[in-house]
This record gives sequence, structure tokens and C-alpha cells, in this order.
Amino acid sequence: MDLTLSPSEEEFREEVRSWLQENHPGPEPEAGLDEVMAFRREWQLKLHGAGWAGISWPKEYGGRGATMIEQAIFAAEATRQEAPAPANVLGLAMGGPVVIAHGSDEQKARYLEPILTGEEIWCQGFSEPESGSDLASLKTRAVKDGDEWVVTGQKVWTTFAQYAKWCMLVARTDPDAPKHQGLTYFLMDMEQDGVQTRPLVQITGEGEFNEVFFEEARVPDANVVGGVGNGWAVAITTLMNERAGLAFGAISQIQNSLGRLSKLARETRLNGGSAADDSYFRQRIAQLHIEVETMRLNAYRGLTKTMQSGIPGPEGSLGKWQWADINQDLTELALEIEGAYAPLMRGAEHALAGGSWQYGFLRSRANSIEGGTTDILKNIIAERVLGLPRLR
Amino acid sequence: MYFDLTDEQQAIKATAHDFLASRFKSERIRELAASESGFDEGGWSEMAELGWAGLALPEEWGGQGLGIVELAILFEEMGYALAPSPLFSNTVVGLALAFCGSDDQRERYLRPLAEGQRRGTPALWDAGSTAEPGRFTLEGRSEDGATVLDGEKVLVPDAASADFFLVATSDGRRHMVDAGASGVTVVPEESVDLTRRFSTVRLEGVRVAAEDTLPGEAADYFPVFFRACVMLAAESTGLAQRALNMSVEYAKDRQQFGRPIGAYQAVSHRCAQMLLETENSRSAVYGAAWAADAEPGSLPLSASMAKAYASDAGWRVPDAAIQVHGGIGFTWEHDLHFFLKRGLTNAAILGDARWHRERVADMVLAAEPAPSAS
Repeated sequence: MDLTLSPSEEEFREEVRSWLQENHPGPEPEAGLDEVMAFRREWQLKLHGAGWAGISWPKEYGGRGATMIEQAIFAAEATRQEAPAPANVLGLAMGGPVVIAHGSDEQKARYLEPILTGEEIWCQGFSEPESGSDLASLKTRAVKDGDEWVVTGQKVWTTFAQYAKWCMLVARTDPDAPKHQGLTYFLMDMEQDGVQTRPLVQITGEGEFNEVFFEEARVPDANVVGGVGNGWAVAITTLMNERAGLAFGAISQIQNSLGRLSKLARETRLNGGSAADDSYFRQRIAQLHIEVETMRLNAYRGLTKTMQSGIPGPEGSLGKWQWADINQDLTELALEIEGAYAPLMRGAEHALAGGSWQYGFLRSRANSIEGGTTDILKNIIAERVLGLPRLR
Repeated sequence: MYFDLTDEQQAIKATAHDFLASRFKSERIRELAASESGFDEGGWSEMAELGWAGLALPEEWGGQGLGIVELAILFEEMGYALAPSPLFSNTVVGLALAFCGSDDQRERYLRPLAEGQRRGTPALWDAGSTAEPGRFTLEGRSEDGATVLDGEKVLVPDAASADFFLVATSDGRRHMVDAGASGVTVVPEESVDLTRRFSTVRLEGVRVAAEDTLPGEAADYFPVFFRACVMLAAESTGLAQRALNMSVEYAKDRQQFGRPIGAYQAVSHRCAQMLLETENSRSAVYGAAWAADAEPGSLPLSASMAKAYASDAGWRVPDAAIQVHGGIGFTWEHDLHFFLKRGLTNAAILGDARWHRERVADMVLAAEPAPSAS
């Protein structure tokens, strides 16, 4: 058992740390999403120029071939320094890895470079209005027409669809096959009349996600990834990649939030002292620190296991569940500390902490829904980790 | 970075698991629980032969010289097996002697303890006090270079089978007192957990010769205390793991409404929650045990985190297990109540979850947030 970094890992961390310190572009613009995306595109170009885009990708495809520990170090350090996200986060974390794992040589030559540079933004077309947790029941149809497929249907919760050149689209190509077997994974060109996107306004008031409508949209046969009928298996790889890659960044983010929470407690007056002197708040803040530490250590144990076995196990579901719980608890506690000032949000003259926790509270409501709901994760844990019988 | 057990550590775990499973079957635990002393002399000799009495004590003084990680692995298995044994109290005294004793005291007390020949137990808390870590009220009286003790120590674990006591006084010093010394009376108390019992130890004009007072001062015992917290947290993790395993087996087997109850989400999600708490507890314990061996500066924080988390999980998971089992889980006949009771006991002693969270709050709220890079 050894929780220290090796000398070469330490060296890697120093390299990441100092590069980020020298090249950090400052905070993201507070203007609209268009400005933010432009800012992030520029940041991604800079990352790519220094070899920090797609660090998990093999070197032959333009990545850095970083070990899992190096990926974890990079994610943790970038978040700790509050570096912006790259513009093409979905292409880097999911699209590229899927093309590398399942794509043809032609597809690799065509798609990978523009993902790394951020020239082409990617989005993911999985969820549908009637297929959320039961993803395999999705109904968007793709019908063969010569050497093309004609796609009709609707996707939802599609992040960055309005900026995306490519959509990782899972559609039903064989309605008669069992539901997991009739699906195919396509790379759909979003720049065509048959594809319309519409922002979906969420409870925070923003439109972070979209609905995407396909009305006889066209996709060439050459854009099938992993073969017709294999869409489910290909899609599962992307989801695995999503979970494994995000954990360490997410943990650093929560550590940042804990720091801000302590600051809020110290600065919020209560009973002649501050909230940081109050025994109830002290207990809850301590408990959050303890849970974040267990999450961090669980992630290291998981990483050690994955490095030995080569594939992330179903235990990863525990981390995602725990992350959602902690993030929600943390923002709830912040509003509790703010007390009667909790109703004032960003823009209000008398809002506490600039009104940032109100957004955090609202946004975190989705944490137990997005990327696998907590209820479904508990099913996965019960069935695949504990071996309990399935209800279905 | 390798956050898992090494092959040697796996071997220690497997040996401990197999030995304890064969010695402490349910019937044997029940016999011991029903017996007057609650103590298993034969089991103790075997543990001593395996080197467990001195597992993490210095080789120089008869121990095995292994680390706190290995000790935590052993105690996780002790909890899993619900072994009724004075190994915990004995190890705490061993660590106290190793950290704070003189060489002469180590020769006289630590060596026989590490070799399993004599057993010691800590007698720290005073009747009528809050029994919080580090708060002792017994005043020693100086008399011709000796210290005379008059008082009543409560919550002394495994006192009935101990050969000597490590007695704390209000100045934070510790004194070795033989169980047979004049003026010492051991009164067994009714304890919730029949597999870990407490006694009251009365001290009436007990004379402690100067050479039996440890040179260590109050703060010198902090490293011992944190290590003891890690051991106890490890044991509670083992309790949780066993209660979880029993629940999963039962949920697969027990049929209601024509299917196994584990197919219902009300049951399976409860089991998932038990797994989460057990795994968190284990990670916190391993993290703290590793810190004890490799990064002692971070031990005070990580030990309090582990003790706080495992204190909760150690009784909540067995409690949830009783709910999964339904009526049968509430019977004396089923073993689960022993796990709940041990968990409850472990949660209460050496600082409860609230006490340790307060320490964590002290440490984390004092720290300024990390400066942002931008």
C-alpha cells in the first residue's frame, strides 16, 4: 500500500502545475454561452499546442499516452487551479476514445485531429424523451437508403448541440431485433437541414442542454462506428470512459467548493460569532470533509484496481452516486448557513457570497439524474456488485 | 501509487480470516457470551502463537514489527469474525509502552505482553467524569517517591482477564498497576456487548513505585490514541462487512410474494447503501493506517475521519442488516444483534463520531482555502 506518487509522477505533476500557472487564461467571461465557447476554443488550442488535449489518447493518434494516474493528476490539478474546460469536452472524453476503440482507419484519419484542436465540436445523442434510464428502448429510427441512412426522431439533454459539428448518435436500425441488438452508432453531421436544435431551459433558467430533432436527416454508411447492430456495445464504452475520466476532476471541484463553504461559514454572522463557531454547522462541515476524503480514497482504490484489471468495474457507480449526494448536501448546507439570505441570488445587492450558492444548489439537483440516475446506479450496484437478483 | 493490499498483506488477511472463522463459529461466540468471564484462554494462546499479541510492536521487544496497515487488516478480520478477545486492549497498552515507556519498563511489561505471556488493558476514565479522550480526573498522591492512587476507573475493557492495568492520572501520566496489587478490585459491569465487556476498577491506596510510572507525558500518548482509533475503526469496518454479507445472502434466499426479497428495490437499495458505507469506512481506515506508517503528520486528521465515519457505519450497517432480515433479525437466536452491539460499543469509546467530527472541524475550518491560481 502506497499513497505517494512515484518520482516520475511527481515530476509530471510539477510539469502540469507550472504549465497551468503560466498559461492559465483567467476566469471565463461572464457574458453569454457564445463568448464562453469562443474562450474555451482558444483555451483548447493552447492545450493542444502544448500536448495537453486528449492526454489519455495513445500517442499515435495525437494524444499523450498518459497513464491513468497521470490523467488523474492532470484532472485534479486543472480543477484545483480552476482552469477552464476545453471547448470540445465530449469529443475529447468520449468521441475520440470511441473512434480509437471502434472506428475504421479512415474514420480515425478524418475525425481525431479536429477533436483535439477543438475545430469540430461534438455532442452526444443518446437520451430521448421516452428513453431516459431505459436507454436501450430508444426509438429514433435510421433506415438504409442506398449508401446512406435516413434518420428520424428526437434526442434530448444534448449538451453543446448548438455548437456541434458531429453528434454521437445511437439510432434503431432493426426494429425487429431484441432492443439491445437493433441499435447502431453513427457519426451524424449536425450541419444539415434535417437537424434542428432547440435549447431546453432548465430550473436554473439557463439553456445548457438542447433538444435535437431529426427529420429525414442523412448520414452516410461510412459514418457507422463499430458495425450495424453493435450500437449498444459501442455506446457503453463511451459511458465507461465518461465515468472513469471525470472522477478526479469532480473530486478536486468538490474540494474547491469545500474551501468556499468554510469561507462562507467563517464570514456569516451567527449568534454573536460566525457560523463556523456553531456546533451544528461544524458537525455538518466536518462530515462533508470526511465524505469527500472517503470518495477520494475510494477513487484511488478503484484506480489501483482498474490499472490491474484493465477495465473500470461496476464499483465506479459508487463514486458517481456519492459525488451527487455530496454535491447536493454541500449546496444545501451553504444555503442553510446563509439562513434568511438564501432567497437572494446573483445580482442582488445583499446576496451573500455574490449569490453563487443559489445557482449551485439548483444546478446540483441534476447531479443525481445526469450521467446515470442515483436510483439506477443503486440497481447496478445491487445487481452487479452485490449479485442480488434482478427485478425484471 | 498503489492503494490496495500487497501480496504479503493479502496473506495476513487470509490467514486471519481462516483462523478466526474456524475458531469463532457462532456456537463458540455464544458460549463465550454466556460464560462468566467472556474470555477464551485457548483462543488467546493460539493468537499469541500466530504473533498477533505483538503484531505491530517493535521486534526489539518481542513483537513482529509490522505496521499499522497490517494491524488494521487484522482488526478488520477480528470485527468480521466478531472475535471476543482482549487483543484490542492488549495492543493499545503495548503501543503505549512502545511509545512512552522506558527500556526497563519495556523489558518488564512490553516483552511479555508482545509475546502473549501477560495481558494489559488501559484503565483511563474516571467514575463521574465525561469519559472523553484525554480528560482524566484521578489525582495521584506523591509519597516517598511513589505515587498513591485512590479512585475508580470505569469502562475498562477486558479487565477480568488482564494481568496489569495502564492507569491514567490527571497530569496525563500513565502508571503500570498489577491486577493483583494490594488495593485493586475489579468489578464487572453489565455491558450491552457480551463479547466486549467493561469493568470498573477500584483503586484504594494503590502504591505505584517510581519505576512503574511511564516517562511519557500527556501529548506523548496522542500517537497511541490515533492508532487505537484506527484499530477500532478497522474492527467496525469488519463488523459492517459481515453484516452486509449476511444481508445479501439472506436477500437472495428469502422469498416473499413469490420472489427473493433482494429483487425489491426497497431491499436492494438498502443493501447498496450498506455497501457504500462499508467501502467508505474501509477507505478511511486504510488511508489513516497508511498515514500512521508513512505520513504521521496527517494521522491526527485521517484517524479522526476514520473513527468518525466507522463509528457511524459500524452500528448503522448492522442496524440496516436487522431491517433486511425482518423479524428473524430481531431475535436473540440470530447473530446480528451481537454485531449491532459491538458496533454501538466501538462507536461510543475512544471519542464518538461527534467528538471526532469536532476535531475534524477544528482542523479543516482553521485552514485557509487553497489560493486560486488565477
